[in-house]
Amino acid sequence: MILGPKTPHPDTLAVHAGQSPDPATGSRAVPIYQTASYVFPDTDTAAALFNMETPGHVYSRLSNPTVAVFEERVAALEGGAGAIATSSGQAALHLAIVTLMGNGGHIVASSSLYGGSHNLLSYTLPRFGIRTTFVPPRDLGAWQEAIEPGTRLLFGESVGNPSVDVLDIPAVASLANERAIPLLVDATVTTPVLGRPLDQGAHLVMHSATKFLSGHGVVIGGVLVDGGRFDWNASGKYPTLTEPYEGFHGMVFTEESTASAFLLRARREGLRDFGACMAPMTAFQILQGLETLPVRMARHIENTAKVVAYLASRKEVERVHHPDLEAHPGHEIARRLYPRGCSAILSFELKGGRDAGRKFIEALSLFSHLANIGDAKSLVIHPATTTHFRMDDGALAAAGITPGTVRLSIGLEHADDLLDDLGRALNASQK
Amino acid sequence: MQFIVQGYPAYAYTGSRDFDPGLPTIVFVHGAAFDHSVWQWQSRYFAHHGFNALAVDLPGHGRSPGILRASIAEWSSWLVALLDAAAIGNATLVGHSMGSLVTLESALAAPQRVSKLALIGISAPMPVGQAFLDAARDDPPVAYDMEAVWGHVRNSQLTQSAVPGTTLLGASRSLNGRSRPGALHADLGACNAYRPSMDAVRAMKTPTLVLAGKRDQMTQFKAGKALAAEIPGARFVALDAGHSMMSEAPRETLAALRDFLRD
Repeated sequence: MILGPKTPHPDTLAVHAGQSPDPATGSRAVPIYQTASYVFPDTDTAAALFNMETPGHVYSRLSNPTVAVFEERVAALEGGAGAIATSSGQAALHLAIVTLMGNGGHIVASSSLYGGSHNLLSYTLPRFGIRTTFVPPRDLGAWQEAIEPGTRLLFGESVGNPSVDVLDIPAVASLANERAIPLLVDATVTTPVLGRPLDQGAHLVMHSATKFLSGHGVVIGGVLVDGGRFDWNASGKYPTLTEPYEGFHGMVFTEESTASAFLLRARREGLRDFGACMAPMTAFQILQGLETLPVRMARHIENTAKVVAYLASRKEVERVHHPDLEAHPGHEIARRLYPRGCSAILSFELKGGRDAGRKFIEALSLFSHLANIGDAKSLVIHPATTTHFRMDDGALAAAGITPGTVRLSIGLEHADDLLDDLGRALNASQK
Repeated sequence: MQFIVQGYPAYAYTGSRDFDPGLPTIVFVHGAAFDHSVWQWQSRYFAHHGFNALAVDLPGHGRSPGILRASIAEWSSWLVALLDAAAIGNATLVGHSMGSLVTLESALAAPQRVSKLALIGISAPMPVGQAFLDAARDDPPVAYDMEAVWGHVRNSQLTQSAVPGTTLLGASRSLNGRSRPGALHADLGACNAYRPSMDAVRAMKTPTLVLAGKRDQMTQFKAGKALAAEIPGARFVALDAGHSMMSEAPRETLAALRDFLRD
């Protein structure tokens, strides 16, 4: 075996990647470049910047020095060629889709998705001529059968919520390669600390940066990472990348940049025209959380293991959904892909259904009842009436949600305090 | 655009411009297991500022099919054949790393075809470590990691990129990872074996620029400086960058080329 060169560990990348001390001031912290635009040194440089003859910042909808640190840090953590920060995770998903296809495009997606992503794919994009076929995430045959001549993207969550379905990324990626279609993975739940989808074969990765990447729940943001290895030319299915683009003087993005063609189009068209960019203050706030991501994820996973074991031991609980448990259908895949643990999200079914669920949630005092995951604080929600309420019964069942499903996002509090809170609420749920 | 060179199609990026026989031409030649896109931040500028820019994909690289060559002399012969195919009497040649050896050898073998010469990230000879060669043959992913890590300043990922939103090391690694099987090993072997005639180097009349990275981990800074000292009248420019100056210091690299071509 030949030893490769030494590279910084993820813990080091999380603190330093993409940042040099500020060249203007020496500031060690990432400065907040709160500016809309940038002064051109001369007219020749201005023209060169606009014509993409030279790199640099023109207008903060397209790029910004503070946002670029966040983009480069996430790209380094994910092992990608680059990244684009967006105003939300939803904007990252939308940006990926509209960069690859238009009217007539088709997506094959896992049925186990965040409710917001399901809304976009199921209800909104069809209005623009983009359809989606949903398939059970672990049914490789269903993925294969759902692919049509117009399919331009395969999409799934590394770990879907709330039923904590684990996507077999290498298997779906292998199918994606066979059919010359890229696989986009939403890795919000796993983060690059627990697993890197690009290493597992995916071509594109996205995050809701609002969640674990930030960890503090104070901002909304998203990020889209390109591995830079999908061969758009060989595929022959992506004219947005391989044919002249009149919106940029006939530029062919795959000629301009072999490894970064997707990001180039996404930035030069997607950010330019749709405008869902990240604000510099948002990037700064996410970076404050990102620095501690590896440390936090270890504690999230440690606490989750204790909560899972505790809930599984309680008589008030019908069933716990988490890949740590051997009975979970994603147990083996999770052990293979996420040896350090795969999810601080879990769900469970209470005896007594919806009524017991209501009593349980209202009896909790430490867990916050709200619509978010991945916070330092532990969170609880009832998906059927909140995050996934627009889904019909069939779609709910396909996503592993019943009227009695309760979803938890385990935070960084002391595990004993969490178990104490859960114990009291479980008692209350059966009264 | 495409040419037919030595029996195979050869691709050259032109900065979205048509080739104009009335303009002077710059031919950009990439390094081992790379393609034309390493010149993204230099070639497009010149294509829009009074030159034909031809950033080639060497045979077996990028969009050019064809046979990998085993020696710098063979690559050089292909490059001169490209000038023939494009009906270019003489051109400025700009080469990086292995490409710098190819362009140097072209200037030695066919000086009448080379109006100016820019050598970026060069040492001549260019010895390649055995571990790197072995990895390129036996374990290409590890070799791509080596090329990416050593091809940039130390701890490149822990610095801000000159190209917003791009990790230079990651993008470079991705580009290497797309190369044809065997390309890196063949290219590194050609670099390792090349020995220019130093008598011919000392007799060169081609105006030459040598661009060296002060923090180059692949070809030593002092080796580039030493070569520049051997070439009569050569201009030597040092940049605060590693081996991949075109992306690590894109504006400075462009400025050095622009100044050189203007004079």
